Amino acid sequence: MSGASSDASSLANPRELDLGLPVSYLGEGHSVASWLFTTDHKRIAILYALSITFFFFIGGAAATLVRLELFTPQGDVVGADHYNKLFSLHGIVMVWFFLIPSIPTTMGNFLLPLMIGARDLAFPKLNLISWYLNIAGGLLTLAAVLAGGIDTGWTFYVPYSTVFSNTFVTLAVLGVFVSGFSTIATGVNFIATVHYLRAPGMTWFRLPLFVWSMYTTSLIFVLATPVLALTLILVIAERTFGLPIFDPARGGDPILFQHLFWFYSHPAVYIMILPAMGVISEVITCYARRRIFGYSFMVYALVAIAVIGFFTWGHHMFTSGMSPFAALVFSFLSFIVAVPSAIKVFNWTATLYRGQIGFESPMLYGLGFLGLFTMGGLTGLFLASVPIDVHVQDTYFVVAHFHYIMVGASVSAYFAGLHFWWPKVTGRMYPESWARFAALLMFFGFNLTFFPQFIAGYLGMPRRYYAYPPEFQVWNVLSSSGAAVLAVAYLMPLGYLTWSLFFGARALNDPWNASGLEWRTTSPPPRQNFFGNPQVLAPPYDYHPEATPPGDEPRIAEEGALT
Amino acid sequence: MLDLLIPSFLRPDSASVQAAKVDAIFIGLLLISSAILLVVIGLVVTFAIRFRRGSAAKRGALPNIVSREFEIGWTAATLFVFVFWWAASIEIGAYSAPKNAIEIHVVGKQWMWKTQGPSGTREINELHVPVGAPVRLLLTSQDVIHAFYVPAFRLKRDALPYQQTETWFQATKTGTYHLLCTEYCGTDHSRMLGRVIVMEPQDYARWLTRQPERDGLADLGERLFSERGCSGCHAAGSKVHAPSLAGIWGQSVPLEGGRTASVDEAYIRDSILQPQRDVVAGYEPIMPSYEGKLSDGEIQALTAYLRHGTDRFDLIGSLNLAPADNICAPGQTPQDGTANQTLRSPALVPGAPVSGETPQ
Amino acid sequence: MSARGDLAERTAERHLREPWDELRLPATRAFRSQRAGATFGMWIFLASEVLFFGALFLLYTALRLEHSADFAVAARETNIVYGTLNTALLLTSGMTAAVAVQASEREDLRRLTLLCLAATVALGLAFMVVKGLEYREDIEKHLVPGAHFALKERATQLFFGFYWLSTSIHAIHLAIGIGLLTRLIWREWRSPGLLFKSPQLEVATLYWGFVDLVWIVLYPMLYLDGRSA
Repeated sequence: MSGASSDASSLANPRELDLGLPVSYLGEGHSVASWLFTTDHKRIAILYALSITFFFFIGGAAATLVRLELFTPQGDVVGADHYNKLFSLHGIVMVWFFLIPSIPTTMGNFLLPLMIGARDLAFPKLNLISWYLNIAGGLLTLAAVLAGGIDTGWTFYVPYSTVFSNTFVTLAVLGVFVSGFSTIATGVNFIATVHYLRAPGMTWFRLPLFVWSMYTTSLIFVLATPVLALTLILVIAERTFGLPIFDPARGGDPILFQHLFWFYSHPAVYIMILPAMGVISEVITCYARRRIFGYSFMVYALVAIAVIGFFTWGHHMFTSGMSPFAALVFSFLSFIVAVPSAIKVFNWTATLYRGQIGFESPMLYGLGFLGLFTMGGLTGLFLASVPIDVHVQDTYFVVAHFHYIMVGASVSAYFAGLHFWWPKVTGRMYPESWARFAALLMFFGFNLTFFPQFIAGYLGMPRRYYAYPPEFQVWNVLSSSGAAVLAVAYLMPLGYLTWSLFFGARALNDPWNASGLEWRTTSPPPRQNFFGNPQVLAPPYDYHPEATPPGDEPRIAEEGALT
Repeated sequence: MLDLLIPSFLRPDSASVQAAKVDAIFIGLLLISSAILLVVIGLVVTFAIRFRRGSAAKRGALPNIVSREFEIGWTAATLFVFVFWWAASIEIGAYSAPKNAIEIHVVGKQWMWKTQGPSGTREINELHVPVGAPVRLLLTSQDVIHAFYVPAFRLKRDALPYQQTETWFQATKTGTYHLLCTEYCGTDHSRMLGRVIVMEPQDYARWLTRQPERDGLADLGERLFSERGCSGCHAAGSKVHAPSLAGIWGQSVPLEGGRTASVDEAYIRDSILQPQRDVVAGYEPIMPSYEGKLSDGEIQALTAYLRHGTDRFDLIGSLNLAPADNICAPGQTPQDGTANQTLRSPALVPGAPVSGETPQ
Repeated sequence: MSARGDLAERTAERHLREPWDELRLPATRAFRSQRAGATFGMWIFLASEVLFFGALFLLYTALRLEHSADFAVAARETNIVYGTLNTALLLTSGMTAAVAVQASEREDLRRLTLLCLAATVALGLAFMVVKGLEYREDIEKHLVPGAHFALKERATQLFFGFYWLSTSIHAIHLAIGIGLLTRLIWREWRSPGLLFKSPQLEVATLYWGFVDLVWIVLYPMLYLDGRSA
C-alpha cells in the first residue's frame, strides 16, 4: 500500500488535511506569476480550462445569434454579411479553440501523468509554451473578429478565401496556424510521456483507456496538424504575396486545397471524438462497477480509428466532381472506419451488463453520450454512401450529423469528465442534484436543437443560409427553441461549479470509489502528484460489482491495485 | 411501398428518376440504422434498469471465452452489415448521362445562376426542362465555387471556376422546384436561388418557340473561329499545315506516338489551351497556346461551333457570357459592368467598404 | 566509485531536468532515460515535419503532373550553380554536425565538438548568403509571380510560387537550426563541458539532419527538372 492509499480514510476528514501533508498543487504559490510561469501539468491544465471556457462561450454566443436569426425565414435580426461572420466565428472558435484542445489539454494534461503514475509530462516547459501558443492563436483570431470579422466559414475554401473575401482572413488563418504548433507540441509531449514515464508495472495493456485515447489522439495531432499548417501557409501566401497555388485563373487547383484541408480536418474529427471515448470508458466502468468489456478490443479500436481515419477525407468531396471510382473507395473506407466505433459502442453497452449501475451526473452524461454518439455515427454512414451524400451534402443533415458527434458526443463527454474529475482537480464537491438536472436538460435541449435539423436537411435546407424558403420554418423554430434550452443547460454548470469552488463540501480522495491511479492521491494532488512511489500490480478497472456495498460509502482501496 | 412508411410532410418532393432511387436507398438505410439504434438504446435502458445499484439481479464475472466470441462475432457482423450497406448504395450507372440527353450549360456567379438551353434559350435563375427526358448539365463558375442543388431531384454538383463538371437528371413530375446554391459563396449565398420548371413536352416546345431568337452559341463560335485566327490555319485551303476540323466531332484521331484520342469537349479544350500536349500524328507542334487569350465562354462557343458548325438547324444558342471577365485575380480590377450586380471588391484590404449593401 | 563513474554522475546531474529528476532512479539511469526521451520526442516532431513537407511535395507533384511542360520551362530558369553550391554546402554541414555529435560523447574532444559546430553554423550561414544572392538574381530576372512575371507560359507562375514558398520555408527551418546551434556554442563557451553527452546537442543535430534532407529533395525538384536532355 502506498502512503496515499493507506491514508485514504484519514485524509477524508477535511480537518486533518493540513496536518503534516504537503500543500496541494493549488497551494504552491498564489501569485499570478506562479500560474503564468508554472511548469506543473496540473496548473497548465487549469490555464487551458480557463481559456477554452472563454472560447466556448464566445463560440456559443455566436451560435445563439445564428439560431436567433434562423427563427424566421426572412433575414431580420442581422444582415447577410454579419450572419456569415457569425457562423464563421462560431465554427473557427469552436473547432480550433474549444473542441480540439478541450479534453486533451485540460483532462489530458491533468490526468495523463496521474494515470500512468508520473510526476509530470516529459517536457514541462514545452507544455507551458503550448498554452501560450494556443492563447496567441486565439487572440489573433479574436483580433480578426474585433477588426471586422471573417466570413469564409471555418473551412476557408479557396478561391473565396484567397481572392474574393474582403474580410480579415489572413489574421484569422494566422491564428489557427499558430494554435496548430500548440497542438503538435502537446502531441509530442503526450507521446513521449506515455513511452518513457509510465510507473513500474504500468504496461501498455494496463494503461487506462483514457491514456490510450490520449495516445492515439496525439498521433493524429502530430501527423495531421502539419498538413493543415502547410495549407494555411499557402492561403496566407496567396492572399498576402499573390503567390499562385490554388488560384484557378493562374492554373492552380482549388480542389487541391480541399484535399489538403480535409486530409487534416477529417482526422480532426477523430481528435474530437477519441478523447471523448476515453473519458466515457472511465466513467461508465466506474458507475457500472465493472471492468471494461473487451479491454484489448477497445484499444485496437482506438488505434484502428486513428489510422483508418487518415484515409477517409475524400468523403467530404463527393460532389466536387471527384472521379466516381475514387468516391467509391473513400465511401468504402468511411464504412470501414465505422466498424471500430460500433465495436466500442457494443463494448460500453456490454460493460453495463451485470453491473451495479449508479446514476450520478457523470454517468448521466455518459449514458447520453452512448445514445447521441450512436445516432451521430449511424447518420455518418448515410453521408458515407455516395447517392445520399449527393443529396444531403452541405445541407442541415450534415450540420446535424457533425453536431451529434462533436457536441452531442464530445461535449457530453467533456462534461462527464469535468464532473467526474472535478473533486480531484479542485478538492470540492459540486451540488449533485443541480448537476443531474443540467445533464438531463442538456440531453433534451440537444436533441430538440439538432434532431429537427436532420429532417430539414433531408427536405433540402442548405447550410450557411441566413434567409431560407418558408417551408423549412417549422424545423428551424424547433431547433432555435432547443438552442435556448441548450444555452441554459450550458450556463448552469458555469454557475454551480463556480459556486462549489467556494462553498462546496471538501472532496474525499476517491469520492466515487474509482480504481484509477489518479484517485490514489489527495484531492487535489500535491505538486509531485504522489506521496509514495506508485507501482501497478493489476490491470485497470479493477471493479467488483458483487463486493461493492450498495450505498455511496467511500471504498477502501482495492487489494493489490497499488503497493 | 416503402416510402409510405414516412408521413408526407417528412418527405421532400420527389421528381426525378434519381430521387426515387435515393429515397429507396435512404429508407433502406433508415430501417437498418433504426434497428441498430433501437438495439443499442434498448440494451442500455434494459441494463440500466435491471442492474441499477442495489437491484437483486444476478452479478458475477463472465467467462473470458464468451467475451472473445462476442467481440469477434459483433465485429464480423458489423463489418458485414456495413459492407453490405456500402455495396447496396453504389450507383455506378448514375454517373454518366444517356447519349441522347438534352445538354444544358450552367454558369454560377455571385449570386445567380445562368442557364443556357439547347435552343439558345438563356435564363437567369430559372431552368425549363421537359418531363421524362434526360438532361445533362455542364457546370462551370465565373468566380468562386458554387453548388447546383435541386432537392426534388436529389441532385447536387459543384460548379468550379475554370473547370467543367457535369451531372444529369431525368424529371418525372411536372411542377416548379427549388434550385439552391449549397457551396458557401459569399454575402448573398442564401439568395442565390432559382426555380427549375418541369413541363410537359408539348408545353416545353411551346415555351421554346416563345423565347426570343438569339445568336447561336455555334454562330458566336464561328465568328470567333475567324476573328481569333483559328481559320488562318485550320480552314480548308489554308497554306499552313494544320488538321482540318470539319466534321471532326466525335471522331477518333491518331496522335503522335501511336495513341488516339476521341474528339470531345475535353479534347478540344486541351487542344486550344495546351496544343503541344496531344499533337495529331503527322503535324508539327506549331500551334501556340490560347491559354489566357480565350475566356471559358469563348472556348465553349468554339466547341459548340466545332460540334454543330455544319448543322444550320442546330438549336444551341448563344451563351453570350464571358465567364472570365470578372474573375478578380490579385492586382486586377473586375471588368464586369452588369448593372444589377453588386460586385465584391477584389481588393485584399480587409474591411474595405463594400458598395451597395444587399437589399433586404 | 571510479573516476569514470563520478564523471557520469556529474554529467547526469548537470543535465537532469524535471520531471526526469524525480523518477527515483540513480542519476545516471534517469539521465539515460531523459536523453532517450528527448531524442524520441525529436523523432516524433520530425515525423510531424515529414507530413508538413510531405504536403508541400504532394502539391508539387500534383501541379507538375498537370503542367509538366511549363514546369520544365520554369525550372530551367533557376540558377543551377547557386543551387548545386548550396547542396554541397549543406551536405558538408551535415557531415560536420554528425562529427560534432559523435565528438561530444568524449570529454577530451571538446575542442573538436566546438570546432565542428562552428563549421556547421558557418556553412549554414554560407548557404543563406548564397540563397540571398540567388533571390536577388531571381528578383532582377522578374521571376516573382505577379503582374511583371518574366515567363509567358501560364503554369510557370505556379512553379515559381512553389519555388519561393518552399525555399523560404526551408530557409526559415535552417535559420532556426542555426539559432539552436549558435545557442549551444555560446553556452558551451560560457560553461565548458556542457556539451559533453548533451541531449540538447543530439536533438539539435537531428533537426539539422532533417533540414538537410529536405533540401536534398528540393534540389532536384527546383533545379534539375527540365535540364535533362
